[in-house]
Amino acid sequence: MAMQFYASPEQVQRDRSEYARKGIARGRSAVVLTYEGGILLVAENITTLRKISEIYDKIAFAAVGRYNEFEALRRGGVRMADMVGLSYDRRDVTGRALANTYTQTLGAIFSETQKPYEVEICVAQVGVSPEADELYRITYDGSVMDEPGFMAMGGQAEAIGNVLRERHDATAELTVALALAAEALGSVGGENGQARTLTPKQLEVAVLDRRRPGRAFRRITGAALTTLLGHEAVPEAELGDVDAAPPAPAEGKPTESAASEDTEK
Amino acid sequence: MATGFDPSGRLPDFFTSTSTSSFTQFLSQAAPELLPGRRPLPSGLSADIAPHGTTIVAIATADGVVMAGDRRATMGNLIASRDIKKVHPADAYSLIGIAGTAGIGIELIRLFQVELEHYEKIEGTMLSLDGKANRLAAMVRGNLGAAMQGLAVVPLFAGFDLSPSDPARAGRIFSFDVAGGLYEETGYEAIGSGSLFAKSALKKRYRAGLSTDDAINLAVEALYDAADDDTATGGPDVTRKIYPVVMTATASGTHRLSDEEITTVAERVVAGRVENPGG
Repeated sequence: MAMQFYASPEQVQRDRSEYARKGIARGRSAVVLTYEGGILLVAENITTLRKISEIYDKIAFAAVGRYNEFEALRRGGVRMADMVGLSYDRRDVTGRALANTYTQTLGAIFSETQKPYEVEICVAQVGVSPEADELYRITYDGSVMDEPGFMAMGGQAEAIGNVLRERHDATAELTVALALAAEALGSVGGENGQARTLTPKQLEVAVLDRRRPGRAFRRITGAALTTLLGHEAVPEAELGDVDAAPPAPAEGKPTESAASEDTEK
Repeated sequence: MATGFDPSGRLPDFFTSTSTSSFTQFLSQAAPELLPGRRPLPSGLSADIAPHGTTIVAIATADGVVMAGDRRATMGNLIASRDIKKVHPADAYSLIGIAGTAGIGIELIRLFQVELEHYEKIEGTMLSLDGKANRLAAMVRGNLGAAMQGLAVVPLFAGFDLSPSDPARAGRIFSFDVAGGLYEETGYEAIGSGSLFAKSALKKRYRAGLSTDDAINLAVEALYDAADDDTATGGPDVTRKIYPVVMTATASGTHRLSDEEITTVAERVVAGRVENPGG
């Protein structure tokens, strides 16, 4: 006769947590921090599969951990945001609502299924000033935290977070913020505890541009990223573009939309 | 939005499914009532219950396309609106204009805009121009039931093709019929009640390889001709300063002419017609 083992609920939860934490710790890290012109999202990523992406006008998503799992969450977020935006108005899509959905979903998965999601995600919403920016960290068990202007996720999040905590400045320029992010990510994982210098090829970088009307998300890639990492400023117009590379709207006008008269100028 | 959420608070599977990148396809599962084609219609002909939008013209230029629409919406013999906007950007490189039942048309545009943006965000890349036109055709097809009861809407779609087979013809125009038929047009196209007159004007004056400025002029002239002979098309309203909506799509994206720019063009056209009413 097969023996039925008893595992207490505490033990089950602990095992799941440990399993999820180990899974997340295997991957590379990501940081999100506010700067004077918006929110900067940087992930260490040598693949073309993305860890950072656009959810809505002012909202971006960054994740670490298992790709198939956070990709499913990202799709869910985009779908939810687009549906709310269509039913109400573009301005009614908020980062907090999205964070709530993610926390419910991850919480349910953690407590109801055998295998928890091995992910940690960030929902970032850019505001008119650094004080109005919102960063939500949602972990594998569905707990959510409102972060104070900067956050690190992934394997050695604590060590990376310490570097950010000491030096983060919400009024810094983009070049300074990017240098800090790259340094923080490079501060761990070197041989014998040495710091590494990350090259543009190892980084996936995007910003939520505070001053950009309409869709604020822009990727920074290629030459613009190399220049920025070299501590040189890049003119606004030469920064990377949104995924599909629409150009900056002429004369700073928002992309017009019948979906919201408000965005028409 | 509480649609379909199960009690655990977990996102339902169709939110996270990878089976489609289309927003309308997703909506058909998540919230079918948001799709215009899914609503039951009372029987009978209902053509006169809602405002109708009228004339839209599009012209291919050397740099892309120009699309312009008059500002009138009519309800039978009444003017329902003097300043409706019937030409909108569909996304960063394409434009859409509508003729027919205004309410359904505006809803179609909103849905189409979200459809394109949604695909961009989900896939991380933009649909091809033909892909966008095909999606729009499918959406028009979904409205066939309403169209047969008099609530027809027909869009005009034009855009800058980022990967054209012939670089000299990056500006492309697509027209549709109520059954969802999709036709690529050469050079120029017009839709709506005044399209007959607008197209006649364009036929005589269109030349391949026009500059964007010349095409803007030509579009406003064509709309003037449409308004001249069609009561449902609004001409330049000099007293209220209401002029056509004119948009361009080129390699640098979509652009709507500012009030000053269009005022200059429209006033020049009106002045020309004072001298010679035939244009």
